[in-house]
Amino acid sequence: MLGKLTIDALPFYSWVAMGGAGITVGGALIVMAVITWFGLWRYLWTEWLTSVDHKRVGIMYVVLALIMLLRGFVDAIMMRSQQAFAFDSGGYLPPGHFDQIFSSHGTIMIFFMAMPFMTGLINIVMPLQIGARDVAFPFMNNVSLWMTTAGAALVMVSLVIGVFSTAGWTGYPPYSGLEYSPDVGVDYWLWAVLISGVGSTLSGINFVVTVIKMRAPGMTLMRMPLFTWTALCTSVLMIFAFPALTVACALLGLDRIFGMHFFTNAAGGNMMNYVNLFWIWGHPEVYILILPAFGCFSEVVATFSGKRLFGYKSLVYATAVIALLSFTVWLHHFFTMGSSADVNAFFGITTMIIAVPTGVKIFDWLFTMYRGRIRFHPAMLWSIGFIVTFVIGGMTGVLLAIPPADFLMHNSTFLVAHFHNMIIPGVLFGYLTGYMYWFPKALGFKLNEGWGKMSFWCWLIGFYLAFMPLYALGFLGMPRRMEQYEVAEWQPYLIVAAIGAVIILIGIVALVMQLLASLRQWRENRDLSGDPWDGRTLEWLTASPPAPYNFAVLPRVEAVDALYDMKQRGVAYQTPAQYHDIFLPKHSGIGPILGGFAFVLGFAMVWHIWWLAAVAGLVMLLAVILRTFADDTEYCMPAAEVAAFEARRLQALAQATDPERVNTDPYFTSQMLPGRAP
Amino acid sequence: MGAGIARIRKRSLTRAYNSLGKGFTRAATPLKSAWWRAAPMLGALSLTAGCGLADGPISSPKGPIALAERDLLFTAFFVMLIVVIPVFLLTIFIVRRYRASNEKARYDPEWESGALDAVVWLVPAAIVVTLGVLTWTYAHKLDPYRPLKADQAPLEVQVIAQDWKWLFIYPEQQIATVNELVFPSGRPLSLAITSDTVMNSFFIPALGGQIYAMAGMRSELHLLADAPGRFRGRNMQYSGSGFSDQNFTAIATTEADFDAWVDKVRKAPQRLDAAAYQALAKPSKKHPVTYYAFVEPKLFDAVVVKFASCAAPRTGQETQLAGLEGALCLAN
Repeated sequence: MLGKLTIDALPFYSWVAMGGAGITVGGALIVMAVITWFGLWRYLWTEWLTSVDHKRVGIMYVVLALIMLLRGFVDAIMMRSQQAFAFDSGGYLPPGHFDQIFSSHGTIMIFFMAMPFMTGLINIVMPLQIGARDVAFPFMNNVSLWMTTAGAALVMVSLVIGVFSTAGWTGYPPYSGLEYSPDVGVDYWLWAVLISGVGSTLSGINFVVTVIKMRAPGMTLMRMPLFTWTALCTSVLMIFAFPALTVACALLGLDRIFGMHFFTNAAGGNMMNYVNLFWIWGHPEVYILILPAFGCFSEVVATFSGKRLFGYKSLVYATAVIALLSFTVWLHHFFTMGSSADVNAFFGITTMIIAVPTGVKIFDWLFTMYRGRIRFHPAMLWSIGFIVTFVIGGMTGVLLAIPPADFLMHNSTFLVAHFHNMIIPGVLFGYLTGYMYWFPKALGFKLNEGWGKMSFWCWLIGFYLAFMPLYALGFLGMPRRMEQYEVAEWQPYLIVAAIGAVIILIGIVALVMQLLASLRQWRENRDLSGDPWDGRTLEWLTASPPAPYNFAVLPRVEAVDALYDMKQRGVAYQTPAQYHDIFLPKHSGIGPILGGFAFVLGFAMVWHIWWLAAVAGLVMLLAVILRTFADDTEYCMPAAEVAAFEARRLQALAQATDPERVNTDPYFTSQMLPGRAP
Repeated sequence: MGAGIARIRKRSLTRAYNSLGKGFTRAATPLKSAWWRAAPMLGALSLTAGCGLADGPISSPKGPIALAERDLLFTAFFVMLIVVIPVFLLTIFIVRRYRASNEKARYDPEWESGALDAVVWLVPAAIVVTLGVLTWTYAHKLDPYRPLKADQAPLEVQVIAQDWKWLFIYPEQQIATVNELVFPSGRPLSLAITSDTVMNSFFIPALGGQIYAMAGMRSELHLLADAPGRFRGRNMQYSGSGFSDQNFTAIATTEADFDAWVDKVRKAPQRLDAAAYQALAKPSKKHPVTYYAFVEPKLFDAVVVKFASCAAPRTGQETQLAGLEGALCLAN
């Protein structure tokens, strides 16, 4: 009836495991209690969970990412403290626990922190930047969100029921096969990745179609803001890369469930096939994550330097070149597998070639600041910190791209330091830049700058303290994933690294404090103008937060940096003589239902509860079929309502703190702007 | 290897290869300029600044392969500083000078420069071309499968990764050891590596880079120690709960000591036949160093082949190994 699930799956075997389960369950109960106390269930369901509005979907993605960032960081600091203590002793973690922690840390940070953060930012910003009213497939957008959430929920549930994988975030067979990992850990990992992978693929399709089909009049490809360009390239990568991961995981699942032999040691299985498939997804994935971060830096550096991007075309081509080349380098993850020197050298050189467009980007951002007027908003600090730190990571990356050098450093803490040096300053700083930059656009008020700056400095200093020692440890021959060790020279470095992790913890606390402080002072920090940073791109033309329809009249784009150009020509805030009815997508409960049953399906497959899996699969199928019969998926916002909203917006704009612009810009000119009728 | 290449080699041998002696002539280096030759030295120097770092197995290698790999790493590092240091300086300069509070700095919001845009592509491209040539050359010279050229024939050792220990088989001597690899210094060590469990990675940091050990497959690695000494060796690829302790000791000795050691092992009480192998292959942690006076011939080949044949009916060609392999299949 319950498959492999028994009472033994509850974590009463160790205090650490019980603590993790307790915090997870307790946290969920507290959140639910608070929602019930304030009677917010109905509001949450109708306004948020079922929303297909790209801005709200985006915000929910970012919320998911921030929650998972906390979880992933708890894993990180547990690992750093374990290793700081574990010289010649077992450390404080029970045996087998460390292995689960490094596996869940990687899985969560890549799939459930970085991916949702990225998808959330693209959701919030990209449609606004191209002057669209929503993404191409708003309902599918909501489904993507819930698929990703279902995957994240599976990882969280593994804390409470059963165990998580010990096979690392890459899940290499044959270790991850049934013979060597018979418990449910790998299955949790597998189904979390498979289900969220569906969400990512759908998001990729959605974004590509949106960028190709939904741009405002005049928004040619070479006038698109750089963030939108990176969103487009990333989405193309998502569409082409994720199927490789899905296939690899599906085959591994067949091995595990049906005893097949795709990747086993015996009976003709070959784990090298898995490793190739995994990295054919895995390397493009690095660029899936980092390109949008590059987009964030590009927007922020230009805005806070008060200057157009240096080498816009170069940046666009560099982005596209990186996206293309990302498919040609996957073998550098396993130079030590014994490929011939020709093969290794080929992939080493293609890897280095990626350093060229990346270097171009770094210089372009620097020259964007040159002859600018740099304002040190926290978003700008993240960007400057990124440039300096990322260069170091790029350099160690090129070192690892030389096969004989990689033979020395592969699988060592040098490698760990390298990819954290790419992903923390590159990806995470990029998203935090975007978070602080676009927060007022998404929620209507600005974030506290003091806490933001404090968070930045803690993250930056903490990063150096936590990861520079790991580079050094690579030279001392320390492998990654060591639960304990007997080499005394390693310990001082690991203690410094643990201190770095504590400083990063302060940075995370500062992020939370920033959010709380900003919520408390939200009235004072309200963004009335919709354009708090003197922005250059179209998202700053809308109200903060934007109306459900984003643009009452679709803007007409004449140049790169469309809003800057409109402001220069004095046509930014003209209003039409007449507003039209606008048709908008209706909210739908099918998305959360699909996500919920995807979670049930995954859980049932993990524990081999076949009947439940069948029921969940059937319900999902029925829900999808039902949805295809829904004709009435849009509602009409009458012109009067649009006019009222726009009037409020313009009034707020006039109140805004920048009186000069209020005086110079011709409001209420009652001149009809060109643009398509809704 | 043509005579021309040999001549270039003679002229431009770096410190790494000069220190070799002993007739070893693998992998010469094309780094001709004095500056580049100094680069590895500078690298070692800057590492000395760190506490104990300079004595680390990778910063102070004990064999020519590790030395060449390390020098390559440092050379590439210094080549890249050509880009990295200007980026640091430029960032500091630009961020300071063009801060909004500095009214004196020129503000030019429309500024562009086509020439600079081109330079921005060319500089990293030039460096990548340089490093690309270096990569191609050295990926071949330091190919782990490439036998070392030396006066002496290499010592052949077969390595089997198990949960969670290392089995070393000396086919010529017909002995085997667990978690201790003894070999004469100055004589190439030719390793054939496989796994009887999940993927492992064989690594002796002081002697040279690692290579994966995979079930049903045979990888190769060629190493050489300059002088007698003891080095840490271990598995680098996470392989389960005994991974942290999956160490072994690599001991380079003189020829005479090696012969004496072989004699000592031959007097050990244990023998590694199929039954003993099956017992050994069971998972064990912190396995003590063990000597086997005798090892079943072709044991290594049988371990490689068994994964291919246990589940499928055997074909005629494999009958040579049939008995041993059949015995090993029972363990599977």
